[in-house]
Amino acid sequence: MMLDLFDFYDKMERNNILLSFKGDITSDLLTSILQIMESKMDNFQEEPKTKKKVYNVLVECLQNLYHHMDEAPIDGGEHARSAIFMIGKLDGAYNVITGNYILNENVSGLKGRLDEVNSLTKEELKEYYKQILNNGEMSLKGGGGLGMVDIARKTGQKLHYSFQPIDERVSFFSLNIKVTLNQ
Amino acid sequence: MEKFTIDGTPKTPTINFDLNGGVLEIKGRSIPENSIEFYKPLVDNLDKYSASPKPTTTVNVQLEYFNTSSSKCILDVFKKLEAIHKGGSSVTINWHYEEDDEDMLEAGEDYQAIISVPFKMVQVAE
Repeated sequence: MMLDLFDFYDKMERNNILLSFKGDITSDLLTSILQIMESKMDNFQEEPKTKKKVYNVLVECLQNLYHHMDEAPIDGGEHARSAIFMIGKLDGAYNVITGNYILNENVSGLKGRLDEVNSLTKEELKEYYKQILNNGEMSLKGGGGLGMVDIARKTGQKLHYSFQPIDERVSFFSLNIKVTLNQ
Repeated sequence: MEKFTIDGTPKTPTINFDLNGGVLEIKGRSIPENSIEFYKPLVDNLDKYSASPKPTTTVNVQLEYFNTSSSKCILDVFKKLEAIHKGGSSVTINWHYEEDDEDMLEAGEDYQAIISVPFKMVQVAE
């Protein structure tokens, strides 16, 4: 297999990707990534308010991957935990892009939750958050859907997503979160 | 009675619970992947404390960041405190936030709306 490395580099450069990773998402990896992003934002001399917002959104996006990524299909019938994420800064906004496999049977449920979050106003999101916080089921995998609501609240933006069918078992879920500076 | 202490890490807060003095302090970052596991010892100690609480209980929360997984556990801690408050100890929760951190102030107000315990919003300089 030949990779056109320059093509990769050029695309990442043009999208001003600060950091990207593909593979298994572990707790230690997330600790390192968060430390790297904190020091990068310090170097950019971002305002504390910006740093906090980006950091919060990063934590939720990356922990979503950690908790929810489903196993990827690999040739030969085996499966492995794997996902991708990229963090970029372009046109005055930080972009957090994540991609992971999801079982086909879970697609409509997740799509429904994302569409619901996207349909709500700022005030409605606040009420919805409190409702899930107070009544929702907490699982070992996280806050029972609080993450997406929290991301929408903190960024004030719609959640951009897509599902790409791969085979009869899985689809590929992409999520693109934009954190606008000085909002 | 005694003191219950957990040292902070990059992903978990420092916790100081003086059961004799009736003072609980939670400070730092709370972004662990498994929050239930982290908060369980604190919840257990609150159960122990609730058997014979001090006349007043002061809670100082000063978090820089917390994830949504922690937000449920923090609510569980506050619900224990609400029960202690109803049981006769006068509980106050001091929710600290940095002056430009509207998200953290709003998070405190969310808890204030859910929990029947006096909250004080305390602004701190960066």
